[in-house]
Amino acid sequence: MTTTAAPATGERTAQRNDPGAAPRRRRSGRLRRIGLPYLLLLPALLLELLVHLVPMVIGIVVSFRELTQFYVRDWTTSPWAGLDNYTLSVDFDAPVGQALLHSFLITCLFTVLSVGLCWLLGTAAAVFMQETFRGRGFLRTLFLVPYALPVYAAVITWAFMFQRDNGLINHVIHDQLGLTDSPPFWLLGDNSFFTLLVVSVWKGWPFAFLIMMAGLQNIPRDIYEAAALDGAGVWQQIRRITLPSLRPVNQVLVLVLFLWTFNDFNTPFVLFGKSAPAAADLISIHIYQSSFQTWNFGAGSAMSVLLLLFLLVVTGLYLLFTSRGKKASDG
Amino acid sequence: MADTAHRPSRSPMAPPRSFLWSRRIFLTLLTVFVLLPVFVMVTSSLKPLEDVTGKFQWIPSGLTIRPYFDIWETVPLADYFTNSLIVAGSATVCSVVIAVFAAYAVSRYTFRGKRVFTVTVLSTQMFPGILFLLPLFLIYVNIGNATGIALFGSRFGLILTYLTFSLPFSIWMLIGYFDSVPRDLDEAAKVDGCGPLGALFRVIVPAAIPGIVAVAVYAFMTAWGEVLFASVMTNDATRTLAVGLQGYSTQNDVYWNQIMAASLVVSLPVVAGFLLLQRYLVTGLTAGAVK
Repeated sequence: MTTTAAPATGERTAQRNDPGAAPRRRRSGRLRRIGLPYLLLLPALLLELLVHLVPMVIGIVVSFRELTQFYVRDWTTSPWAGLDNYTLSVDFDAPVGQALLHSFLITCLFTVLSVGLCWLLGTAAAVFMQETFRGRGFLRTLFLVPYALPVYAAVITWAFMFQRDNGLINHVIHDQLGLTDSPPFWLLGDNSFFTLLVVSVWKGWPFAFLIMMAGLQNIPRDIYEAAALDGAGVWQQIRRITLPSLRPVNQVLVLVLFLWTFNDFNTPFVLFGKSAPAAADLISIHIYQSSFQTWNFGAGSAMSVLLLLFLLVVTGLYLLFTSRGKKASDG
Repeated sequence: MADTAHRPSRSPMAPPRSFLWSRRIFLTLLTVFVLLPVFVMVTSSLKPLEDVTGKFQWIPSGLTIRPYFDIWETVPLADYFTNSLIVAGSATVCSVVIAVFAAYAVSRYTFRGKRVFTVTVLSTQMFPGILFLLPLFLIYVNIGNATGIALFGSRFGLILTYLTFSLPFSIWMLIGYFDSVPRDLDEAAKVDGCGPLGALFRVIVPAAIPGIVAVAVYAFMTAWGEVLFASVMTNDATRTLAVGLQGYSTQNDVYWNQIMAASLVVSLPVVAGFLLLQRYLVTGLTAGAVK
């Protein structure tokens, strides 16, 4: 009460002395009330501006400049390049454009497979673990371990397992099961795509599991009881009640998984180092290499901008499509 | 079926055999998949060097705890550890505080630009890190030249960067969580003489502790595990674990047993913390993000 009482009495005394003072004070009070939400948002806003939005604008500007190592000390002196960086990136007959297109297609295939498998494992595990059984709590904790482990620690362990001469995978498939004539390379050549996929799914599915578990808790129990009374079996309950109820959760989950997987840098970087084998050359690694290994930041920025445009279009279409589908099923 | 028949079943109908067997097989395979790297990490960290340079062995020829002593000598792991703790800890605290303020504003006030703010903040999640890595590098270098505040190569710059990584998701999740705290509670607090900030800290924050813990865990894990920015924006003195761990394999020999021991040691703080607090994460997600 004290904080609100003090200005009120002050206002009353001021009113007696100076008739013009009262509206001004009331206005400053209203200003404070309106200003408060902005004040609360200010730190978040400033930091987002500094780290995300301003760099994005600079990135777009740089994509129109010829920024090589000669200009990196003061990037504002670099000459304008017009659309050169873009034409270089999308000229699919030339080596640079060809490599970018290849990397893009690899990333698309990788993302579809990885997101699909993560979703499948996460959903199946969450649905199987909806009912209580002995050891459920323990398993739930265990399944979150890949999510909790720092990326580099987990991925380095996988890199060790996939070593040609001293790894676990080759020991099992070559030495113990005798499936191959000679131990294959997993971190070089075409196999590296499969390696990357396995590691990515191992790392990513617990997040789907976590979100699905949270989503399942919001389904009211009595729907199942009513369905059971009507004679619906467990499989039917899962198909008719559980999966449809998870639709809104799915909309967000699939989008988040898609963006994270498509932009993933950490997994291939720790697995393969600064330059990934062609079969596992994800777009982030490709752009990183184009910018930092060859010191052509202009071209790297142009590729990043193209990537962002692609993600914006896909996200927009996805949201439009899934929201319309939702409306149609509601109505 | 026999074991379920004796127990009073929770659901009106006991699940059929096909469901129970599918569940058993699926969960067993999944457990093997999840645990395989953990098994390799733990056993290899206790093997002598010959065991990890030669053919893989399920059962070690001998057990040794030498790798756990050697890891601190081969690379300055303790320094990296300190750097990671400072960076991830500070980023977490700042990120949570800033997210609480922002989520409070969005959840409890109507103001012009609210939708623009939430959409903008959330959409930064979709930016590829590679897009703003170079510009951020340029900005930090320029700020450093202009003001003398070292952002590039310093822990402070890395803290600023990391805290914005977890901010969008944290704000989004806390908005949902704060929305689920009844408005009557903070109205009552205001009647009792709390200002807007009093209502936030005395009523809303205590009621939203699970959500806040969940957000803090997320922020810490994000900062602890980040590789891309750490590899570009740190120098020898400020190197974090994410980059430092690569030091074991750039030597002539790859000390796999030490790498595994170091991986285990750097994972322990996050995994232990995460597993202790995972209950909050599920309840936090249930009330906040998943609605």
